Amino acid sequence: MTKPTALEVENIESDRGVGHPGLLVVYLLLGIAFGIVLTRSEVVSWFRIQEMFRFQSFRMYGIIGSAIATAAASVAMIKRAKLKAISGEVIAIPRKELGSGIRYAVGGTIFGLGWALTGACPGPLFALIGDGVSVMIAAVLSALLGTWVYGWLRPRLPH
Amino acid sequence: MTTIVSGEWPWYVAGPLIGLFVPALLIVGNKSFGISSNLRHLCSAIAPGRVEFFRYDWKRTGAWNLLFLAGVLIGGFIASHVGAAHPIAISAETKTALTKLGIHDFSGIAPREVFNWHALLTLRGFISVVVGGFLVGFGTAYAGGCTSGHAISGLANFELPSLIAVFGFFAGGLAATYLILPLLLGGA
Repeated sequence: MTKPTALEVENIESDRGVGHPGLLVVYLLLGIAFGIVLTRSEVVSWFRIQEMFRFQSFRMYGIIGSAIATAAASVAMIKRAKLKAISGEVIAIPRKELGSGIRYAVGGTIFGLGWALTGACPGPLFALIGDGVSVMIAAVLSALLGTWVYGWLRPRLPH
Repeated sequence: MTTIVSGEWPWYVAGPLIGLFVPALLIVGNKSFGISSNLRHLCSAIAPGRVEFFRYDWKRTGAWNLLFLAGVLIGGFIASHVGAAHPIAISAETKTALTKLGIHDFSGIAPREVFNWHALLTLRGFISVVVGGFLVGFGTAYAGGCTSGHAISGLANFELPSLIAVFGFFAGGLAATYLILPLLLGGA
């Protein structure tokens, strides 16, 4: 057994364990809320994604921008207050490792191509199945294959 | 009230609500908001093979996120069954541009003529759904995150890797919009 590299450790999110079983219900409920927000805000719509990439409406930029601002302000407050999570741990956000940066530029561009073609990023892909666009089941299966092929090629790809 | 139940939410309501999932997950269990990790967890659960990338305890690291993901699907179902369905009110310019590309049905959440099971047998349907899905899965795994993990969680924590990834998202999205879609949608 070789010691996992920093990249590997970072990649398995952060191994913080399952936590209290009762909290698992909370994640499900938060997910439901997220699915409703994604649908109602219409960020799941191929049409909205096209409007965004064609710079023909401020809407998507307003949504993403205000989401980042809200998240950034909350994260700053959590850090300053050194808050503990309900699960008991002190909240700590692991930094992403830059490396050569190639994986972010190339991987990001590949994802961007898929985002515009499907009109959906991973969250919306699943929300759309719930929304009744059942053909997105095929998109999800294909995305799983894509992730699998990445895992397989990973030792040979520049990061 | 009808807007809240069935209409589209304005950006200044939707955006901050989406952003709040970052602190919510941190406060509940010190978890980082990011959807695409689930694709890896699912691969690890279904077919890890001999691939090192998938050989880890997916239940331990991913159970919470897979439940979140299941919730997203249920939430989509709930949201689409409450209130009346209505077409997406995109701008007139976008509608004109898409009509020129050969999109005629604007009644759904995605163009019904491309996103249906029968259309998978056409070039544009196959590339939009199957090839597009593959690129989403491969790209997010390579980049280590998607819109939620990089654009929202990452940028909110001022991560340089996430900024590079987001530039990539847009480079790819613009290339697909201006170079691929005109060829693809035009030739049904």
